[in-house]
Amino acid sequence: MRLEYFEMIDSVRHLDRAAGRIEALARVPQESPVFEGHFPGYPLVPGVLLTETMAQASGYLILAHLDFASMPFLMAVDKARFRNFVGPGAELNVEASLVHDGSGYAVTKAAIRVEGKALADAELRFRTMPFPNGLDAPMRARARSIGLLDGAAA
Amino acid sequence: MSEPQTGSTATFERVADIIAETADIPREKITPESHAIDDLGIDSLAFLDIAFAVDKAFGIKLPLERWTQEVNEGKVPAEEYFVLKNLCARIDALVAEKAAKA
Repeated sequence: MRLEYFEMIDSVRHLDRAAGRIEALARVPQESPVFEGHFPGYPLVPGVLLTETMAQASGYLILAHLDFASMPFLMAVDKARFRNFVGPGAELNVEASLVHDGSGYAVTKAAIRVEGKALADAELRFRTMPFPNGLDAPMRARARSIGLLDGAAA
Repeated sequence: MSEPQTGSTATFERVADIIAETADIPREKITPESHAIDDLGIDSLAFLDIAFAVDKAFGIKLPLERWTQEVNEGKVPAEEYFVLKNLCARIDALVAEKAAKA
């Protein structure tokens, strides 16, 4: 995870296009300016960044599902729950499932587990739109770098 | 076979309940003649919330992208999709289409 750059997902472990499901890995860095404020001497990953992590896993799932025809933008977060604390060095197992593929929008359920224990979960909704000019290529490059487009993840 | 009007009334009641709950609009304000945007003040985000609830309730997929394109290109007046009696007629048609395919 590069928290300051909002690059939350390090790698895609498994993508099941038919089932509409993704599993991804996100390692919390040992150090980050985020931890200087949240909280001094007691570093915790903010819930809002855990939400973003679930949103990004969901986003990559939707990108793969739509075969990069549209870009998902987060538009609603429902039933977000943060069930535990997590700090530097933790390995986050992020999973997301496609609940509904609507016309112009998509709905997912996502969760994060750490060492098998539930950390966070939420229901997320995304507006899906044509890629704004120039965003297509960097999104594909980022997806490739985390293994979304690998044959192993097909 | 039920008459189309009967189906549409039942559909309207269900859709009106969904709109009231999803967009927090008093149920009595919602009539078949209501325009979702002009009369009820539903914005695009709330409309997608409603679309999700309608898709789930009726087991269909409202073709919002096609409708939006048709309205933007001036091919179809927005009333055809956003006045509730028209929206409900389209929901009925989608439900019938799905049943015919099953």
